[in-house]
Amino acid sequence: MSKAKKHEPLVHITKRGTLPLWHNLAIRAIGLAAALVVCAIVLYALTGLNPLKIYGAMFKGAFGSARRVWTTIREIMMLLCIGVGLAPAFKMRFWNIGGEGQVLVGGVAAAACMIYLAPNMPLAPVLLIMFVLSALAGAIWGLIPAVFKARWNTNETLFTLMMNYIALQITSFCVSKWENPYGSNTVGIINPTTNAGWFPSIFGQQYMLNVIIVMLIAVAMYLYLKYSKQGFEIAVVGESTNTARYAAINVKRVIIRTVMISGAICGIAGFIAVAGAGHTISTSTAGGRGFTAIIVAWLSKFNSFIMLGVSSLLVFLQRGASEIASQFDLNDFVSEMIKGMILFFILGSEFFINFKVHFRTARKETENK
Amino acid sequence: MSQIVSLFQAAVYFGTVILFGAVGEILAEKSGNLNLGVPGIMYMGGIAGLIAAFLYENGTANPVPAVAILVTLAAAFVMSMIGGLIYSVLTITLRANQNVTGLTLTIFGSGFANLFGGNLNKMAGGAGQISVAFTSGVYRTKIPFLSDSTGVFGEMFFFYGFLAYVAIIVALAVKWFLNRTSVGLNLRAVGENPATADAAGINVTKYKYVATCVGAGISGLGGLYYTMDYIKGTWATDGSIEKLGWLAVALVIFATWKPNRAIWGAYLFGLLSWVYYYLPGLTRSSQEIFKMLPYVVTLLVLIVVSLRRSKESQPPASLGLAYFREDR
Repeated sequence: MSKAKKHEPLVHITKRGTLPLWHNLAIRAIGLAAALVVCAIVLYALTGLNPLKIYGAMFKGAFGSARRVWTTIREIMMLLCIGVGLAPAFKMRFWNIGGEGQVLVGGVAAAACMIYLAPNMPLAPVLLIMFVLSALAGAIWGLIPAVFKARWNTNETLFTLMMNYIALQITSFCVSKWENPYGSNTVGIINPTTNAGWFPSIFGQQYMLNVIIVMLIAVAMYLYLKYSKQGFEIAVVGESTNTARYAAINVKRVIIRTVMISGAICGIAGFIAVAGAGHTISTSTAGGRGFTAIIVAWLSKFNSFIMLGVSSLLVFLQRGASEIASQFDLNDFVSEMIKGMILFFILGSEFFINFKVHFRTARKETENK
Repeated sequence: MSQIVSLFQAAVYFGTVILFGAVGEILAEKSGNLNLGVPGIMYMGGIAGLIAAFLYENGTANPVPAVAILVTLAAAFVMSMIGGLIYSVLTITLRANQNVTGLTLTIFGSGFANLFGGNLNKMAGGAGQISVAFTSGVYRTKIPFLSDSTGVFGEMFFFYGFLAYVAIIVALAVKWFLNRTSVGLNLRAVGENPATADAAGINVTKYKYVATCVGAGISGLGGLYYTMDYIKGTWATDGSIEKLGWLAVALVIFATWKPNRAIWGAYLFGLLSWVYYYLPGLTRSSQEIFKMLPYVVTLLVLIVVSLRRSKESQPPASLGLAYFREDR
């Protein structure tokens, strides 16, 4: 034994190559299971219920009736839509923290159409105009930070963050302009009797159109990122802007174009939230989904179909936890806390996918053999 | 005149909250950790202080001011450090992405704090909103004598609870630490180029952990000041701490990572945030437009900083990147 051996650290980590898929999935499953166990303990401490019963109650809260199932689906689609919107920007390593704001301006544009246009026009063209204007509003909200990032390398994380709050104030401004009834400082349900500008029911399902639009966007985004030339450019810029420049990719144009697409889809999410779900506009229309969707996109490695799975998991937990909360007279924030805890575990488990841990004792044993 | 004094006071109250948040974040960012969990950490600090005060006030018949302060300060600081520790373990040891981890911490902190803030009284068998009037009163004690005997000057400068002054002292101390001590210089080296710092024999992991956790502790005091002083020992589940937390992150940029600049920047943000209240003739809706001011100003600073590209006002070079020795 050489002297140097004594200074060898107890734990030593190395980067892994690619893991077989089952191994990868197994690590994630362990992370998720650990998260669920810890959450069960916390919920038990708060409510005193048998943890298994808690998850049973959560399942009932999310899927207990047809109505609940559809509400759950609606929420999944909302989160998925924003996640899909953010994915191209993040794949390019453009930290678009501004999903929240882009959803809000899209929602404001949609609400404006519902208030001013919808009562006097047939439904189909109104919805089309709403769709276009919301996407445009979101795109502009993405364009501004993108231009500064592309031209002067202005920090986009903080830029988009500030844009959120500007969007929030614009929303507050519009809410106080459109408030109904006067003095309530809320817009209330827009066109409650005529339903003008609302998504129509398809196959008798109120939220079917949400599902159709979002799934179309999600599949399109999957194909766009995976098979199109522009998708490839996004990947190269994300890996290294220098490589991209060598390959004669116009980095500035790719950044601006990609973030506009990202913003536009988030704007469409705002349109769906207003016309297809809430039928109103408020400062909580985005409701923190812009932030949650970042985590959805990141954990899914920007794959639309994995995003669907992650969104479903998060929405299930959220709806389930708020069911528990209302049963036990706690407030809805319990679901936020649980969401945070689960994400901590999933983020932590990523490490074991990317790195391999060696212990000193383990190595000695193998050497002695 | 009284309007101006009152606006000035509002600016200082507001500024103190985000000054704590920003100074803590500067410390963390100097180690290369872009902690977007500041709002969550401020939430955790705020609620821990509130819970500690609540338990203390309910548990003793004759609460002592000094004990109340010690208990709440310690609770807030330790709880915030736990927040910083979660972030550190995930980003430093497990090398998770810093932005995503920070955002998750914010989600967690906000959920955790609002859950207990909204339900604490109910859980303890009481009714209605939680209130810790005694401890809050101690925190809001103005400087005796000076605050009421020196007229307008006293109202402007001696009218605040002690944490408002602590915030300034902490900011100056961090500035001194970063510029004048060898440990501080080492810390900056870690934030600029961890590989070089590592080669020079600096324990990068230790520096990052300590800076992030202590930074989180300082940020958390902002939450404590908010609950104890700003909203007078109650709790509001309206997301206001989150807004303030993001403003604290913005203030770090505004101050270009300099704690002394954060001091007047914080009060300027406070001024901009409250000026709508004092301008005559604004309607309710146009007030909302004025509330944009601090964010717009931050954007302008962000743009100007990136246009000028002066060496002194750049972020730490390795900000946001995990350090893995074998990556060199």
